[in-house]
Amino acid sequence: MQLQKFSYDNRIPKMFAIATMFWGAIGMLVGVLAAFQLAFPALNFGLPFTTFGRVRPVHTNAVIFAFVGNGIFTAVYYSLPRLLKTSMWSNKLSKIHFWGWQLIILVGAITLLMGYTSSKEYAELEWPLDIAIAIIWVIFGINMFGTILTRRERYLYVAIWFYIGSWVTVAMLHIVNSFELPVSFFKSYSWYAGVQDALVQWWYGHNAVAFFLTTPYLGLMYYFLPKAANRPIYSYRLSIVHFWSLIFLYIWAGPHHLLYTALPDWAQSLGTAFSIMLLLPSWGGMLNGLFTLRGAWDKVREEPVLKFFVVAVTCYGMSTFEGPMLSLKNVNAISHYSDWTIAHVHVGALGWNGFLTFGMLYWLIPKLFNTKLYSKKLASTHFWIGTLGIVLYAIPMYWAAFRSYFMMKAFTPAGQLQYQFIDVVQSIVPFYVLRAIGGTIYLTGVLVMVYNLVKTAKQGKFVATEEAEAPALEKKYKSPVGSFWHAVIERKPIMLLTLSLIVVGIGGLVEMVPTFLVKENVPTITSVKPYTPLELQGRDIYIREGCSNCHSQMIRPFRYEVARYGEYSKAGEFVYDHPFLWGSKRTGPDLAREGGKNADSWHFNHMLEPTSMSPGSIMPAYPWLFENEVDLGTTNSKIYAMRKMGVPYADGYESQANKDLQEQANKIATNLKKDKIQVDSKKEIIALIAYLQRLGKDIKTGETSSNNTSANN
Amino acid sequence: MKFSHYLEKITGVGIYPMISLLLFVAFFTAVTIIVFKTSKETISEMESLPLDNN
Repeated sequence: MQLQKFSYDNRIPKMFAIATMFWGAIGMLVGVLAAFQLAFPALNFGLPFTTFGRVRPVHTNAVIFAFVGNGIFTAVYYSLPRLLKTSMWSNKLSKIHFWGWQLIILVGAITLLMGYTSSKEYAELEWPLDIAIAIIWVIFGINMFGTILTRRERYLYVAIWFYIGSWVTVAMLHIVNSFELPVSFFKSYSWYAGVQDALVQWWYGHNAVAFFLTTPYLGLMYYFLPKAANRPIYSYRLSIVHFWSLIFLYIWAGPHHLLYTALPDWAQSLGTAFSIMLLLPSWGGMLNGLFTLRGAWDKVREEPVLKFFVVAVTCYGMSTFEGPMLSLKNVNAISHYSDWTIAHVHVGALGWNGFLTFGMLYWLIPKLFNTKLYSKKLASTHFWIGTLGIVLYAIPMYWAAFRSYFMMKAFTPAGQLQYQFIDVVQSIVPFYVLRAIGGTIYLTGVLVMVYNLVKTAKQGKFVATEEAEAPALEKKYKSPVGSFWHAVIERKPIMLLTLSLIVVGIGGLVEMVPTFLVKENVPTITSVKPYTPLELQGRDIYIREGCSNCHSQMIRPFRYEVARYGEYSKAGEFVYDHPFLWGSKRTGPDLAREGGKNADSWHFNHMLEPTSMSPGSIMPAYPWLFENEVDLGTTNSKIYAMRKMGVPYADGYESQANKDLQEQANKIATNLKKDKIQVDSKKEIIALIAYLQRLGKDIKTGETSSNNTSANN
Repeated sequence: MKFSHYLEKITGVGIYPMISLLLFVAFFTAVTIIVFKTSKETISEMESLPLDNN
């Protein structure tokens, strides 16, 4: 058969690899800043765009979509052509993909720091960027499928399955979760409200972890681990089972982020059951990776690339064991809202994603520059520094989680809560310091790697293209007699795509459809009313400042939570919440029933100088809220948008909304004057106070005795 | 007021988790059968794909 000549392009993988290192260092640096801010609030600098609530989303988005995202693309653009014996389908699309993605990252970081956020975790970017992401993602898909369809290799290697499955699922998740109604340029409201919004968000949030941080990286593992070890994967059969059961199970597990919340019980149980089943394919994958190195452990001792891979796969095993455990309700009761979640995530992010990326880069850069690694010794040093960083990061967080759990639930013999929230915060701060040091050590390792790889690149010569040749694919292929029909799927990428979409689609539908029937089935709670215009503006300030990064608005039905925060939250209370603001972490206390707990003047002073009202607080100050005025020009479109989504504002209410807003603001200003505080009623702080004082009040009346009734639990 | 129980009023909501479990068991069984029926030659051809072009 005639051999066809073609070439592999190395320029695009090189660009993505550089972007991976660049954004990795930036994203982790921002993470280190955020970590130190929790220990030393002065590091918030009193500026809007350096405050924790805005910095933290920049960190999470940067490491997920910039660091790991570019890592995925490096792997795909390097491995896909080689596995398929063809060049990438379109070099132009590759370039658009690269520069488009970097532009999104840059604009994303800037807008997040400016306070443009949807508040939904890992989907914070606002609607113009959501559209841009969708476009770039489709371009990536076209390029990938163009390549697959013009291949010279009949079989699709399992890594490619993981790429395809990830691509199609991320597309689905992104589109479904980004349904939002634009109010203005860079401001929108989630189409869903309350319980529905929470369910969609965590279906997305969980699967962002699954299909962005896990499955593409499994593809990466299945390609680079055999390459580096120079032997095939331990069991290819196992990898097929791994792929299908993993994508089937993952999509269902989202509700485990909402255990003990107002989410219906059956959905919680579904999430738990599927999370536990998830343990099996995950460990299948981990063992498959580790067993590949059976009999080659002497190589692991020598080769830094393999060292990184071994720890990465081990961390994958640890966090996929921990995940199912955390989705057991009794364990989740301890871990939810606590630093345990943070530890869990970082074992995955630093260990699995980080180390796998580093291993790949240490293997890839010398190949791209046709040379040897500048210093194996430095790479080994990086390995030890990184491992130490992970350990020093994780252990204080686990410790902090248990410590705060035991303190939170401690009652005196007389039946009173033993500790104030602030006591718990104070005792956790030293652990925050340790964690920040752990993160800094890990980042140092990354910088050592960057130095090593730059040196490597300098001593070699970049190979822009690699020539190759292979016979063309037979057009009319007939499978040999007796071969099984599954071989057809292995050859047909479109069928593989469709099948994976069906598999993940069923999961999404069964999980969510019943909850969408809620709208018709929820008996309207008459006492739950839409927000007043001032409260709505205040709510948007709450979203802008990222308050939900540290404050939850969801009280679980536990004695120690009800005693501390008030009556537990009910699904019906959130029907007008576009978006929901339940939060996922309590660095500060829950605010679901904050309304009426403290005086207006308390909030005023607290926002200006938190420690003046709550000594020992680590909350940042928000001085700019006392200078900026509420943008009255937006009230109209906000009310309109809310009504569009079913919030029952009367027709034409827009015209009088600002009058009502002013009236309510004046009332609060007058109230403050009684406490000798002079403030212009147009300032943003007034709107924020209005919102905070409203929280949880709808069904608060007449339920004051709940603390005592649950005292015997 | 038990807001958290309104979903019980959706007719047959209990069937959803049941469907999901059955679907998975069927799916998993099918995949496993397929995998073990694939011939040794095909498997070894596929697993050596990343190593070819070194």
